[in-house]
Amino acid sequence: MNVTTVDVTTTETTTDVRLTSTHPSPQLQQPHRSMRRRRYLENAAAAVLAAVIIVWTMLPIYNMVMIALKDSGDVFTEHIFPVRPSLDSFGVVLTEGHWYLQNFWRQFGNSIYVSVTTTILTLLLGTLASFSIGRMRIRHGWVVSNTALLTYVIPASFLAIPFYRIMQDYGLSNNPWSVIAAFVMFATPYAIIVFQEYGRSIPIELDESARLDGASPPQLYLRIYLPLMAPALVAIGTYAFLLSWNEYLYQFLLLSSDQSMTVPVALARFLNSDVAPWNYMMATAIIYALPPVALYYAFRGRMRAGLTMGGVKG
Amino acid sequence: MNNVSAIEIGHPASRQASRWRFWRGELRGSEYTWALAFIVPYIAVFLVFVAYPVVYGLWMGSEVSLYNQLLADPIYQDTVVNTLLYLGLAVNVKMVLALLLSGFFMRPGRWMQALLMIYVLPWAIPGLCGFISIHWMLNGEWGFLNNLLWTLFHIEGAYWLNDRWLALGSGILSHIWKNLPFWTVILLAGRMAIPLDIRDTAKVDGATGVRSFVHITFPLLANLYLTCTLLSTIFTLGDFNTVFFVTGGGPANLTHVLATLGIRNAFDIAQPRLGVAAVMSALPLMIPLVIILMRRLRTAEVQL
Repeated sequence: MNVTTVDVTTTETTTDVRLTSTHPSPQLQQPHRSMRRRRYLENAAAAVLAAVIIVWTMLPIYNMVMIALKDSGDVFTEHIFPVRPSLDSFGVVLTEGHWYLQNFWRQFGNSIYVSVTTTILTLLLGTLASFSIGRMRIRHGWVVSNTALLTYVIPASFLAIPFYRIMQDYGLSNNPWSVIAAFVMFATPYAIIVFQEYGRSIPIELDESARLDGASPPQLYLRIYLPLMAPALVAIGTYAFLLSWNEYLYQFLLLSSDQSMTVPVALARFLNSDVAPWNYMMATAIIYALPPVALYYAFRGRMRAGLTMGGVKG
Repeated sequence: MNNVSAIEIGHPASRQASRWRFWRGELRGSEYTWALAFIVPYIAVFLVFVAYPVVYGLWMGSEVSLYNQLLADPIYQDTVVNTLLYLGLAVNVKMVLALLLSGFFMRPGRWMQALLMIYVLPWAIPGLCGFISIHWMLNGEWGFLNNLLWTLFHIEGAYWLNDRWLALGSGILSHIWKNLPFWTVILLAGRMAIPLDIRDTAKVDGATGVRSFVHITFPLLANLYLTCTLLSTIFTLGDFNTVFFVTGGGPANLTHVLATLGIRNAFDIAQPRLGVAAVMSALPLMIPLVIILMRRLRTAEVQL
């Protein structure tokens, strides 16, 4: 910060000198000078704000990484950095070297299976329904879109208890399909809303002329609708994958056996013990966080503003 | 079908046709069958996995005695206070900060882009990871926060999660930490959608800083801001992970919110009906919110 202040004063004095020597009318230059000073102050304030934002954002993330890099003896100490940083904790997780992590790879596979299946089903159900409503204009399609909107605003955690009871009745406890069903239900409404909105940008005349050429609805769906919807499919696919990968409550309630559970459930199980091996837990958390972070940054641009609603157009 | 009106009796043929049009619209023959076949999978799955659980839940929580039992429960009373505080503080602080910070991120330059990439990290990582890290960070004995305070300033930190108000505050701040980036990005997109010529005209007219915000930016963003605030209220009401992992409802069940109390009643003390009742007691707040939101969202635009 000191550097910036020094900078301000030096530039100002030089400007001053130049002004008095070359320009006879200082009044004319006054706004220019105050604007410069203003810009420096603004930049300094922006730098301070940026520093505050970085500290605020990174504090819990630094804590996570730091503990993962500590060895077991160093976790319960007052050090604010790892004394002997090592990647051993990650090794333990990857080789399933702790009894909490016995089935880590199987659970990782379960997470991938649940998320990929949810993504595919969400895209399938979402595109089919929005094709029928938006492109074929089925009568009373608006009822379905409104119901989808309603489902979107109901918090998932509020439905957890009856959903759990029903899954027990269906005999689907410890079955990955129970959570897949839940996630598809929570992702599809948003998919339908976005698909319909995006579909409006595709001229309906395309469908009409293809129909005149004798194309059947499935051909329209496969040859015209899906290819033109590709950007929306990527955005919603990412959304559905992240939703199911990151969700905790339903997976915790519905998948309790060691073989069927997914990574978040296994991760939270560390908390059951009073002296949790925090370094292994944080290492697991980091490995678990890597796929969604990579996916998020890869498709951030396409997902951005997926939810920008309301008339900012004035 | 005894109550057929005179008009309908007078025009039996057109009644047939209009009923046909009522169900099929403009679609003919096999096209209608296809349209139906495309939408039926979603409707079927919706009925089995959404409509049925909703009805089942309403039935589970339909006994009046459950609510008497709830109201007499001191844990429930605390939970209602917590939930209201949580909604009032977390939602509004988060949205005001998001509105202001979205203006900050409008600044041009590569540095701002880099900062934005760091800033969205809490949103990008799974909530669970961030919250267990915060939970351990706030540990009174060996937590990173207290170690940091001691090392840098020689201040003895508090036992953050052992006091009701400190723990509740920690939960609220954790919720803001996680969700602030999301709403900032949404409002940033809203600001970007304001046509450049409006902003330029304002600048030429000498409107900068606060004046530009009050007279130009905010009136254009107000609609979006209100919709986002309502949506965020509902999402925050349903937020289970933050409280569950940061405070666990503790100390002594003093920091529950309705979402975590429902699960606690249903699974920790094995009274599922009481759990459903706890959640359903949020309906007087939820129903008006949902109705207003449905109206706003239906006319709104979703941009990709």
